[in-house]
Amino acid sequence: MRFYLRRVAFYIVTFWAAISLNFLLPRMMPGDPAAIMIGKLRRASGGRQLSDETIKGIYALLGADKSTSLWDQYLAYWVRLLHGDLGISSTRYPYPVATLIGNALPWTLFMVGLATVISFALGIGIGAWVGWRRGTWVDQLVPATSLLQSIPYFWLALVLVAIFSVQLHWLPIVGAYDPFTYPSGPQASWAFAADTIVHAFLPAVTIVVSSVGGWLLGMRNMMVSTMSEDYVLTAEAKGLTPRRIRDRYAARNAAIPSLAGFSIALAFVVAGSIVTEQVFSYPGIGKLMIQSVQGLDYALMQGVFLVITLTVLAANFLMDLFYGLIDPRVRTNG
Amino acid sequence: MADRLAGIRYLLPRWSGKLGTGLIMVGLIIAFGLVAPLFAADPRDSSNKGLLPPSGSHLLGTTKLGYDVFSQLATGTRGSLYVGLLGGISAMLLAILFGILAGYFGGWLDEILMLITNIMLVIPGLPLVMVIAAYVQNTEGLGEFARSSTLVALILGVTGWAGSAVVLRAQARSLRTREYVAAARVAGEHGLRIIFVEILPNLVPLIAAQLIFGVMAAVLGEAGLSYLGLGPTNSITLGTMLNDAQTGQAVGSRAWWWFVPPGAVIALLGTGLALVNFAIDEIVNPKLRLAPQAARRQRRATKAGRGVAGGGAFA
Repeated sequence: MRFYLRRVAFYIVTFWAAISLNFLLPRMMPGDPAAIMIGKLRRASGGRQLSDETIKGIYALLGADKSTSLWDQYLAYWVRLLHGDLGISSTRYPYPVATLIGNALPWTLFMVGLATVISFALGIGIGAWVGWRRGTWVDQLVPATSLLQSIPYFWLALVLVAIFSVQLHWLPIVGAYDPFTYPSGPQASWAFAADTIVHAFLPAVTIVVSSVGGWLLGMRNMMVSTMSEDYVLTAEAKGLTPRRIRDRYAARNAAIPSLAGFSIALAFVVAGSIVTEQVFSYPGIGKLMIQSVQGLDYALMQGVFLVITLTVLAANFLMDLFYGLIDPRVRTNG
Repeated sequence: MADRLAGIRYLLPRWSGKLGTGLIMVGLIIAFGLVAPLFAADPRDSSNKGLLPPSGSHLLGTTKLGYDVFSQLATGTRGSLYVGLLGGISAMLLAILFGILAGYFGGWLDEILMLITNIMLVIPGLPLVMVIAAYVQNTEGLGEFARSSTLVALILGVTGWAGSAVVLRAQARSLRTREYVAAARVAGEHGLRIIFVEILPNLVPLIAAQLIFGVMAAVLGEAGLSYLGLGPTNSITLGTMLNDAQTGQAVGSRAWWWFVPPGAVIALLGTGLALVNFAIDEIVNPKLRLAPQAARRQRRATKAGRGVAGGGAFA
């Protein structure tokens, strides 16, 4: 129980820290992001008068004049967030930030989530096998994984697009579905589902190829260490079949640290997917983030950063709960 | 003296094919970045024709604006190495500060430092870097510095130290309980002296490995940031080259000589650094070296008919 309480406390503190960082950053800068943002909104609205509500919202998010104390601003900021009010976007005026994020999030979760699961399964599987066959020619494959890891995501994506889309015309270049076949947007049909998979294929392959190396290497090294444990020797002395020793004794225990390293790997995947989405113009969260940064749409940028952080925290939290479940040691050692 | 040398040799990686290949790759790229810009043509000379494929006069062709890709690559490699080194070193210093202090002193200091570290670890890096960069680069009063590669490197360093700190902390914690540290404490040495004289030297291989990771992460991070248009504007790096290629539709116009080389240099540099790291890993964790060796020896023995019957699992 202590383990879970500690984890819950940690995530609450981290959640608070992420939001406070979001609050402090625009206020620590010597410039005035709120003024820039309101100027941008005016231009986006075509010179029409902005409603008081909108302007008040921007001040609450990005920093009011110096007469309001920082503490009052901080409280107002929390009130805004708890109401789900993330302000109005200037690059996609007049849509509220929350709506834009709501539209983009499913695409990213679909594509990145699928790619992460595939990459994890592949990495653990191949890693276990390579670790099992340590000391053979397979060891020569290990350094090759570092090549995969050092390839910049977006560069791999560019090369894949150049080969499979531009040169061979096998796969589409941009987007999450074909806007000419489906002009009215997403619909619930098999053909549409197939179209989304075709569009998600190259971005997902990019993420899998660049992230599988990390899983593989970690698993292989743990497998090598685990194989020299006494209980593996005991299992062997008992005359268990090699297969049983590999799957039940070595791989199961070797996979545990990989699960613990999930958070680090996840951050890697999130970062990679942002640039990958840019290459493919995939209409997900990453693309939205880039759009906001390039257009200095501070409200959108804050909102997207918040949502990305919360999603990653939630994923990590679930992983922690799961980890506590499969490895009782972390529960007792805290 | 001889003892001393033996001690140092123990800290150096064992010579192996991996290490040699890695050092050669890294060395060649560093040499390219240092030397090639000296005699290559001006990377910002746009008097050439645009989008020329590779030829004798332009080894790697030209960009859309007529810049010579080879010159850009040489200058860009230098720029990326600078960002990588500065970002890696600043991340390493922060990791040493947080990791070793937390690991050595323990108690509430450990709790606080590790809380900060863990928060930094779970907050996704690139989005954080993007947000910070967007604010900082549009701050008035920074002038030239606002879009310089130095600032980009520092931002990457400040956001990229947490993983190394966790690793260093674990090791410092275990060193703290060794007898020689206890002896130093009994002898009346104060905390900082113990850290610098007794603990830090034993962490050198680990710190080196983390530094290499840090350099690589900074090079990749800079490439990503620049590709997204948040990189330095007043200097050329491999990332800004890729950004130019993106905005210049290099993929659509099939100008492979424009976007393939910068990414390839990054990938090769990363591979070289990772190979060096493998060698260092084998010092830090001898099992990685000894276990495959033992398995190999055992298999050879089995083949020669001297094996233990039923050595199946280890074959």
